[in-house]
Amino acid sequence: MKQVFTRPESLKDVQTHFCPGCHHGAVHRLVAEAIDEFGIRSKTIGVASVGCSVFLYGYFDIDVVESPHGRAPAVATGVKRARPDRIVFTYQGDGDLAAIGTSEIIHAANRGEDITVIFVNNTTYGMTGGQMAPTTMVGQKTSTSPYGRDHTKDGYPFRMAELLSQLQGVAFSARVAVNSPKNVMQAKKMIKTAFRYQVEKRGFSFIEALASCPTNWGMNPLAANERVGDEMIPYFPLGVYRNTSNL
Amino acid sequence: MEAMLPEKLFVKGNEAVAMAAVEAGCRYYFGYPITPQSDIPEYLSRELPGLGGEFIQAESEIGAINMLLGASATGVRCMTSSSGPGISLKQEGISYMAGSELPGVIVDIMRAGPGLGGIDASQADYFQATRGGGHGGYHIIVLAPDSVQEMYDLTMLAFDLSDIYRIPAMVLADSVIGQMKESVVANPRPQTALPEKDWTVRGRGDGEMQKVVKSLYLGDGEMEAFHWKMHARYQELADKECRWEELQTQDATLVVTAFGSAARIARTAVTMAREAGMQVGLLRPITLFPFPKSAYAALSRRCKRFLDVELNTGQMVDDVRLSVARDAEVDFYGRPPGAGSLPTPEEIFEQIKKRY
Repeated sequence: MKQVFTRPESLKDVQTHFCPGCHHGAVHRLVAEAIDEFGIRSKTIGVASVGCSVFLYGYFDIDVVESPHGRAPAVATGVKRARPDRIVFTYQGDGDLAAIGTSEIIHAANRGEDITVIFVNNTTYGMTGGQMAPTTMVGQKTSTSPYGRDHTKDGYPFRMAELLSQLQGVAFSARVAVNSPKNVMQAKKMIKTAFRYQVEKRGFSFIEALASCPTNWGMNPLAANERVGDEMIPYFPLGVYRNTSNL
Repeated sequence: MEAMLPEKLFVKGNEAVAMAAVEAGCRYYFGYPITPQSDIPEYLSRELPGLGGEFIQAESEIGAINMLLGASATGVRCMTSSSGPGISLKQEGISYMAGSELPGVIVDIMRAGPGLGGIDASQADYFQATRGGGHGGYHIIVLAPDSVQEMYDLTMLAFDLSDIYRIPAMVLADSVIGQMKESVVANPRPQTALPEKDWTVRGRGDGEMQKVVKSLYLGDGEMEAFHWKMHARYQELADKECRWEELQTQDATLVVTAFGSAARIARTAVTMAREAGMQVGLLRPITLFPFPKSAYAALSRRCKRFLDVELNTGQMVDDVRLSVARDAEVDFYGRPPGAGSLPTPEEIFEQIKKRY
């Protein structure tokens, strides 16, 4: 019998703490598959951020440094400059990357640091209990926007893949989703491209992955999955926003 | 390095720090401009690229300290430097480094504060430095040079102590020591026995165990165990690494105590007192954490009068009072930092005469 599906070597054989229907697991798997397929597990260093993504070291069987909230791109900069022959990636949520860590992400991208950033956008702070995030949709109710996000007071949700695509240090910037088999296949291709660019020392690569957070959205997993397609993708369109091989 | 550095140099305190870092094997520096320490990043931006190192002018002090955290996690010697406002921003990262048991050298060329304050000499960040500065309850190693020579020597010591104890180390000086020029003997890096850094993240390699550098402890008892482990390490530091200077204390009936730039002024005042036939000595702590409590305890068994002099309204004096014998009297004389407030030796001498 031919084995057609197995756990990536870069992931540990453990249960995760992620809620049912959460998309973090799918994104973890795609990152692990990319690491496996490039055969770079032994020289990859992950930078964990603060939030649901902090347990990176519990799930990935790679070396990991934990970063303060939002600072992962600065920590990754230090790691990569000291060990330029290693593959370094950060894995950050939307509160981490697009609120408290805006300075660090923009400057690491602008320096063209040779790192890969995996940005998981689920429009809310997951770990702290569903507060309004920089990517929370206009009108979306959260525990700190009980009347819905009001753009006249809270601004508009950040489109980070587009924003970073304007920086010359960025080699690759794309937005993906994992809400359907088709999108998962496309996401895998994009994540592989992001890591390939780093392997080829082409500069900063960025993947924004749209994700569900059923628990904090107050939805069941299926409804949450549908929301990604129905509400998020129209505002956060999937696609490649910067690709230096096209310039 | 001997070939590159003349045996005797005439340089600024800040430059001596940068030169010593290079001699100590530091090839990675991350910083942000702020007066009065900018000579350090300027020197290293010239020197490090040619030595195969990396200099990054970060987007902020927060960025710089986190780059230090990342580089240190891979095992390399690395440094950052700043002054008051920037050191405040670095406290988040320093706390994470302390929680992750990461070595690394932080140079603090103090300036007046709070807030934007001013660029004049200050010792008002003694508490911030010696009490940890950030959240969570920790200490960092704090070394206080009082000359350009010590800026050089103590920077190299900071790297060694930080590596040995896996605690961030701070060189704490101010604009007087940082900006003045003195002659310096460019001593070679000490041949200190250093532990192997078997905890670093470098990519797990094949067949090796995963390594994780982190400060999150969620398991039952894990966080408490961490605190007791560090508590014991701070005790070991106190037992083995206290450094101080005593000047003419053998027969002293009054001992002036001060650190850094205040100690330089006090030293002249003590000399004036001796010339006037007064039995006055000086006790200068060189390590502020660990604080040389035993030196104060021993000295206060025979000398019962102390005069603590600081460029603030009284911070180290708390540690002095906790260290001396119960029947010893500790007076304080200080000038808070700011333009025109640096005390003169004559001023300190007057304070000595009042208490003698």
